[in-house]
Amino acid sequence: MNNESLWTIFINASLINNFVLATFLGICPFLGVSGKMDTATKMGAAVTFVMFISSACAYGIHALLTAIEAPFLELISFIVVIASTVQLVEMFIKKMSPALFKALGIFLPLITTNCAVLAVALFQTSKGYNLPQSLVYSLGGGAGFTLALVLMAGIRERLEFSEVRDVAKGTALALLVAGILSLSFMGFAGLGS
Amino acid sequence: MNPPTHSNQPDKGFFSQLANSKSADEFVKGLWRDNPVFVQVLGMCPTLAVSNSATNAVSMGLATTFVLTMSNVLISMLRNFIPKQVRIASYVLIIATFVTITDYMIQAISIDIHKSLGAFIALIVVNCVILGRAEAFASKNTVGFSFLDGLGMGLGFTFGLFCIGTVREILGNGTFFAMQVMPESFEKWVIMVLPPGGFFTLALWLLIFKGYKLKKAAHE
Repeated sequence: MNNESLWTIFINASLINNFVLATFLGICPFLGVSGKMDTATKMGAAVTFVMFISSACAYGIHALLTAIEAPFLELISFIVVIASTVQLVEMFIKKMSPALFKALGIFLPLITTNCAVLAVALFQTSKGYNLPQSLVYSLGGGAGFTLALVLMAGIRERLEFSEVRDVAKGTALALLVAGILSLSFMGFAGLGS
Repeated sequence: MNPPTHSNQPDKGFFSQLANSKSADEFVKGLWRDNPVFVQVLGMCPTLAVSNSATNAVSMGLATTFVLTMSNVLISMLRNFIPKQVRIASYVLIIATFVTITDYMIQAISIDIHKSLGAFIALIVVNCVILGRAEAFASKNTVGFSFLDGLGMGLGFTFGLFCIGTVREILGNGTFFAMQVMPESFEKWVIMVLPPGGFFTLALWLLIFKGYKLKKAAHE
């Protein structure tokens, strides 16, 4: 069992151990969808939602698999739950906002292979969080992911208008920016203790 | 960039396929021309997260190679049985099975490596390189080609991780495969083994590769 307070868990997941900038989870959508502010916010919201649902399911699955003593099925069950949740969100967004569905494109089904979502399920299990702690952890992780995505989108929107040499265009530049962002997030490190 | 499909070729034996030059090409393309790390820029999460030392980088690369090769082979065998609608789910299940096997295998071989890689072994499941190869290659090609493609891509991935891990370990810790290579007076660049170092090192390698490519294109 883990006795961390809910507030500590939230701050820890969103700022100190920010999923994208400190633990390198969810880099693919981070580099892929951070071109525009609008898409970035909505992608963040979609990922947070999937995280929240799958975190609740993962807690149930872990309890069940411990009861029947089959821990080796854990990984497979987690990924199935995540894949179905993503399918659900995809159908929902397609129905509610076809424009957003188009803007997110291939990155929507790819939430399934977003490491951040699976990592929430894995970490909450290995840290021994109870149900409320797990849910807060998933919300914190989602908030941190959205924050990183929005910051990055803001910077990249500005970069569009600046002159960049050919050699640095594209991923290399995005990675350099991410490195500097990550550097500044290290400043939160003292916050936890 | 979509690899060519060979599904319309007559099904030859595995070894006769190995003999022709095309299969050599399937193997080599992952190492250099379509290198997953430097050219396709796929599978970034494990690339950055476990490349803080050369040992971690290579063991992670080999684990990924194993999963990639095995899942490519199995998916290629089952490619005519899996219905189109549920193919991604089936691929993910196959991959997750092999990752579970790898997880227990590494635990049996070396507890230390298992500890330092941590959750990132389980996270091989969501490595885009593996699902990408399953969808783009193994689902359309014969078992022999898929095996070579998986092996080539896996080793290319290992090579990419090794390049990043080496730079980060030497500069950040003064060691190479845990052996001291820098002189005693060397001031360690601690930042290189911390998260920002991963971003900077990968960006540096990408710049070098891009610069080389542009230079080559200018010559021609």
